[in-house]
Amino acid sequence: MSKPVGIVTKPGSSKVNKTGSWRTTRPVFLHKNCNDCRICVMVCPDGVIFGSDSSYDADLDYCKGCGICARECPTDDIEMVLEVK
Amino acid sequence: MADKTEKKEKPPVVESFLAPGHRACAGCGVALAARLALNAAGQNTIVATATGCLEVFSTPYPESAWKVPWIHSLFENPSAVAAGIEVALKALGREGEANIIAQGGDGATADIGIGCLSGMFERGHNILYICYDNEAYMNTGVQRSGLTPFDSHTTTSPSGSVSWGNRTEKKPLPQIAAAHGIPYVAVATAGYPMDLQNKVKKALGIKGPKYLQVHSPCPLGWAYKPEDTIEIGRLAVLTGLYPIYEMENTEITKVRKLGKKRQPVEAYLKPQGRFRHLFSKPEGKEEIKRIQKIADGNIERFGLV
Amino acid sequence: MKKIIEGSLALAEAVKLCRPHVVSAYPITPQTHIVENLAQMVADGELKCEFVNTESEFGAASVVLGASAAGARAFSASSSQGLLLMAEVLFNIAGMRLPVVLACANRSVSAPINIWNDQQDAAALRDAGLIQFFAEDNQEVHDMIIQAYKVCENPEICLPALVNLDGFILTHAFEPVEICDQKLVDEFLPPYRPANYLSVDKPMTFGALFEPTWYQETRYRIQQTMEEAKPLIEEVSKDFEKTFGRFSGGLLEKYRMENADTVFVSMGSVVGTIKDAVDELRKGGEKAGVLKVRVFRPFPTEAITEALEGVKNVIVMEKMISLGAGGILASEIKNAFYKNPQAPDVSNFIFGLGGRDIPLESILEAYAKVKKQENRDVFVDLRKEALEVTY
Repeated sequence: MSKPVGIVTKPGSSKVNKTGSWRTTRPVFLHKNCNDCRICVMVCPDGVIFGSDSSYDADLDYCKGCGICARECPTDDIEMVLEVK
Repeated sequence: MADKTEKKEKPPVVESFLAPGHRACAGCGVALAARLALNAAGQNTIVATATGCLEVFSTPYPESAWKVPWIHSLFENPSAVAAGIEVALKALGREGEANIIAQGGDGATADIGIGCLSGMFERGHNILYICYDNEAYMNTGVQRSGLTPFDSHTTTSPSGSVSWGNRTEKKPLPQIAAAHGIPYVAVATAGYPMDLQNKVKKALGIKGPKYLQVHSPCPLGWAYKPEDTIEIGRLAVLTGLYPIYEMENTEITKVRKLGKKRQPVEAYLKPQGRFRHLFSKPEGKEEIKRIQKIADGNIERFGLV
Repeated sequence: MKKIIEGSLALAEAVKLCRPHVVSAYPITPQTHIVENLAQMVADGELKCEFVNTESEFGAASVVLGASAAGARAFSASSSQGLLLMAEVLFNIAGMRLPVVLACANRSVSAPINIWNDQQDAAALRDAGLIQFFAEDNQEVHDMIIQAYKVCENPEICLPALVNLDGFILTHAFEPVEICDQKLVDEFLPPYRPANYLSVDKPMTFGALFEPTWYQETRYRIQQTMEEAKPLIEEVSKDFEKTFGRFSGGLLEKYRMENADTVFVSMGSVVGTIKDAVDELRKGGEKAGVLKVRVFRPFPTEAITEALEGVKNVIVMEKMISLGAGGILASEIKNAFYKNPQAPDVSNFIFGLGGRDIPLESILEAYAKVKKQENRDVFVDLRKEALEVTY
């Protein structure tokens, strides 16, 4: 049967690929000085920071550990720690 | 404890229209800019993308990070493909169903795709074209494009014992776009994410062809630490090397002034490995002066201080 | 209704009848009358579609690609250099399984630049995955467009098509053409309803990156689809006959092939001349016939071997050449008879390149050469003066 193939009909199916396995450092959200500015949410290239009400965390299944969130957090409420196995 | 007296209730963060799990490098400026742009555009958006990093990292069959209708055809034609989509929707009685965005990198837009882009502008299609400017053909390994800045090291404009890198200045694509008489042209950077989103929203509220060029730092190609993407984006603006502004109907209407925040070009060049050769030799100081002149020229032309 | 019109108009009328949503245009001689006619039809409100004048043929092909992906019936036309410029997009359209129909006013390819007819342009695209039709006369031009959409839009096919008509010879020549009735065309060709298209109601991703673990099967599928297109094309021509009351279609056409021992095989308008040559030969008692190949892709291997069964000599005369290899149609015919113990003797004549005129005498000469078993893999009518030029 030569039914055409080639279209991805599952939008957002990239989520099967857990890019969290890439990282060597991971962000730790201290939840101490957060002022709910959501800059971290905005500057994450992969859009993996979720939460609400001054309580945010990176989805570690996908976080690549780039460190932008920690770098940009205006209250220094995010720390990058080495992934140690 | 956070001060909540003047804050509005913010809803919980939801997943972007560009889902995670895509294969962009950690800290990728293009991934950030594209995600922000698409979120600003909203769900009712049809997107045509050129061959390049964005297309390759987001659609490895059978996975796709795109949660909106999306098409990739060739390197040089997202503007023409989007034009086809736009007229098709009109003919099918579906006009207004969706925003139409065509997007591509600097190579796709300024070089190989400039013909189709010009045609799309000239015919007045209701399409927003977004150029993610990471200043080289990144997906193929950091080769020089028409938007590669002066003295930048790329693999086809390398620095060497008799070369300072790329010999030409950036092709003035925003001006070329504006010269077509299209209603809206804007320049933004991934370093100022809210400004980028505002410009996308504004563009999509205007009928006709729109062009948005987004400075998109590339940790790999520009050789800097991934966590510095936003900072590098800001410095490009604050040094005057990448002015961000808006143009409406060929006139500059808004610029981001630098005022006291203005920085010398070294602040932008030093952290990036693609400019390292300018600092490793004493003669490099002359080159840096020339780059400073470019920045000064921008500051004067756009009235940035 | 019968009208005496040039091929370009016959084609444009057919396109109009098919109710395309989007037509894109970039001019190149000798295709210009096609897009000009369509533009006038739009300007006069006769054809309600979005007509896009693009900045190049590349743009024109890209526009129909996007339009088709969004669910619209789309059309464009080109020729020669324009077709070559579209090449990247045409491979893309076929690979993306979009049923766009394009017309090619066959013209020679540069360099040297030459605006007159031969079929090298279509030949250059033969591997792209487009179904290719070749029209002999303006009636076929008209009928092929209508049937092409029906074949391509079949959900089991979903491939683009190229309808070829010889530049100037058909595009600019006036012939009587029976223009199909709009109501009957609407019956024969229902509105285009693709299963997959760009829409916010059902977001999907077209044109993903296919790594080695996934790519090969897409080619396998197109090859399979091409095979399946062969019986479908025959079926569609039967539907056409039922709807319009006259037969026009199929993969091949046989002319005076009963008891023929020598058969000419060719494509396009020159078949008309060859038929005249065969009439002459038959008058003289020769048992000659003509096999017209109407569909070049998919190559109708089975139909050809069946039609040529029992034939001793096959004279392939073609307006295309694969430089470095030789005649294309001839090699595909020889290939069709591979390991067939009844394979005929196949001669190959290349003619008409760059619009070189093909008089009836040249056809008869070729026949004579074959009869005398003289050199039979030749260019017809090479000019001494042109060969002696030293600059």
